[in-house]
Amino acid sequence: MVRVTEPTLHGTAPAHGGDRIAHTEATVIGTSPIEKSGLDPGSIDSELLTINMGPHHPATHGVLRLLVSLEGEVVRDLKPIMGYVHTGIEKSCEDKNYWKVIPFVERMDYISYYFQMQAYCGAVEQLLELEIPERAKYLRVIHLELNRIHSHLVWLGTSALDLGAMSMFFYCFRERDRILDMFEMSSGQRMHTRYFQVGGVFEDIPVGFAEKVRAFCDEMPSRIDQYEALLTRNEIFLQRTKGIGIVPRERLLDLGVTGPLLRAAGEPWDLRKADPYLSYADHDFSIPVGTVGDGWDRYRVRIQEMRESVKIVRQAIDGLPEGPWIADDRKVVLPPRHELSTSMESLIHHFKLVTEGFRVAPGEVYHPIEGPRGELGCFVVADGSAKPARVHFRDSSFVNLQCLRDMCLDEYVADMIQNLAMLDPILGGIDR
Amino acid sequence: MAARMPDAPGLELIAGELNEAHPGSVLETYHDRGQACLIVDPDQVLGVLGWLRETPGQEYRFLASLHAADYLPAEPRFGVHYELLNMARVERLRVRAALADPGDDALPEIDSCAEMFPTADFQEREVYDFFGIVFRGHPDLRRILMPEEYVGWPQRRDFPIGGEPVIFTNTENQVPRWYE
Repeated sequence: MVRVTEPTLHGTAPAHGGDRIAHTEATVIGTSPIEKSGLDPGSIDSELLTINMGPHHPATHGVLRLLVSLEGEVVRDLKPIMGYVHTGIEKSCEDKNYWKVIPFVERMDYISYYFQMQAYCGAVEQLLELEIPERAKYLRVIHLELNRIHSHLVWLGTSALDLGAMSMFFYCFRERDRILDMFEMSSGQRMHTRYFQVGGVFEDIPVGFAEKVRAFCDEMPSRIDQYEALLTRNEIFLQRTKGIGIVPRERLLDLGVTGPLLRAAGEPWDLRKADPYLSYADHDFSIPVGTVGDGWDRYRVRIQEMRESVKIVRQAIDGLPEGPWIADDRKVVLPPRHELSTSMESLIHHFKLVTEGFRVAPGEVYHPIEGPRGELGCFVVADGSAKPARVHFRDSSFVNLQCLRDMCLDEYVADMIQNLAMLDPILGGIDR
Repeated sequence: MAARMPDAPGLELIAGELNEAHPGSVLETYHDRGQACLIVDPDQVLGVLGWLRETPGQEYRFLASLHAADYLPAEPRFGVHYELLNMARVERLRVRAALADPGDDALPEIDSCAEMFPTADFQEREVYDFFGIVFRGHPDLRRILMPEEYVGWPQRRDFPIGGEPVIFTNTENQVPRWYE
């Protein structure tokens, strides 16, 4: 686990007490961060220690390994190593019909499954040039924004836990559970709901769902006030986050960082506003931005985003239009169940769609949406058959992770934990 | 909804100007289902990206995504896609570098754009990992998601979707030495 660059440097006896670990045969994968840092590994002033943090570490929010070069307690270089939960989902998708891919892609970023579904279904709908009904757009927005709150709640609970605020976790998961209850009500599943279909949504919302969502929207702002009362002016939290992990806005843009991280640095870039998809153009909401771009700004932006999401959910549930919840294209969408016993044609369509799936004309589409962590893009290549020739996800955590080194360089190890928490990586999405 | 993009004449204008600045760089254009794409010569991809990034009036400064696809029966076989974005105009433009398979065990090569767009670092490693496309000048081209010692390029279309037998307690004696 530990590698000391020059064990013979200080003679046989360790110069700084007996706790220096002797030379091991362990090697660093690839180029050593020490060699890259340009520091002379032999000089006594720069005694660098390269250690692994992870892959199994509670503060990495998944199976992420960080190769860190430390000088005392200061991080001098850092290299993320991932791939531990790579399951080849993109490859497996190439062997599935278009409609069977949906439950697969949900399991990439396992916190924001509705967003994965929307990115994929949106891409396929764009390939098919299929217009989805208004009600489906609103239903999708309701679930997407509930999912955004859910995702931010998981982030808030675990990040506060990393900084020592144990009780935040319980409060956040209390509200998260209410959201999961609503998902269960509309789709029958708490996670990985497969609620979105190509063409709309799987089923209309049940009786009582709207009341439940309204009750949640009434209550959630006061719950967010409670989180803020616990954290926003908390001395320990402020000292751990204020002025830590600042990366200039231009550098973030160069690194391709999007989402709350970019907005916290003062760039008001949000695809829901910049390039409205679904029914976002109908809703009145604002984009919170930070000023400095430190950990506290990232926290404030996400807290405020939850409030804005509550506003969107309320507007969408109040303005929910009547009508069909899925497109009426029998070549793509399953016919209503009751028609199967009366209409031969519906039975044939149903049989063809379930056994073979629908075909998509050759082409390629990149469909970006605003996920809870930034731009979530789905790139689909169709070759004319009933299976996609390529499904690629531009996962926002994967790209955002590149700015971790900039955040952590020349700061303390403890701040690295805070930076990683505020980055909010989901390893299932990174590794896919 | 359709993402904004240069319209069809605008795309031809860009292609024409690019071919003036870098002769022979744009091989083809297409405009399909709300997407505009330039298919370019892989040897000139850095020139094209730099021109699109720096030329006043274009300024596609944000590389939203870099990925690849294997169009197996088609020639040239590989495509490396650069999803460019102009944030001020919210315009997207795709550049596809059409890479031929050099045959045998040789790997196709293309210039790395990690210096121009630092965000490409991980994504080029991912493309290398899955397609075996070598990015010349990349600072640290190693596998990123697959294990270091892995052999093969799994996202290529001719790479079989294999499988390992799933072991349950009632079937474990059918797979000898499964615990190794």
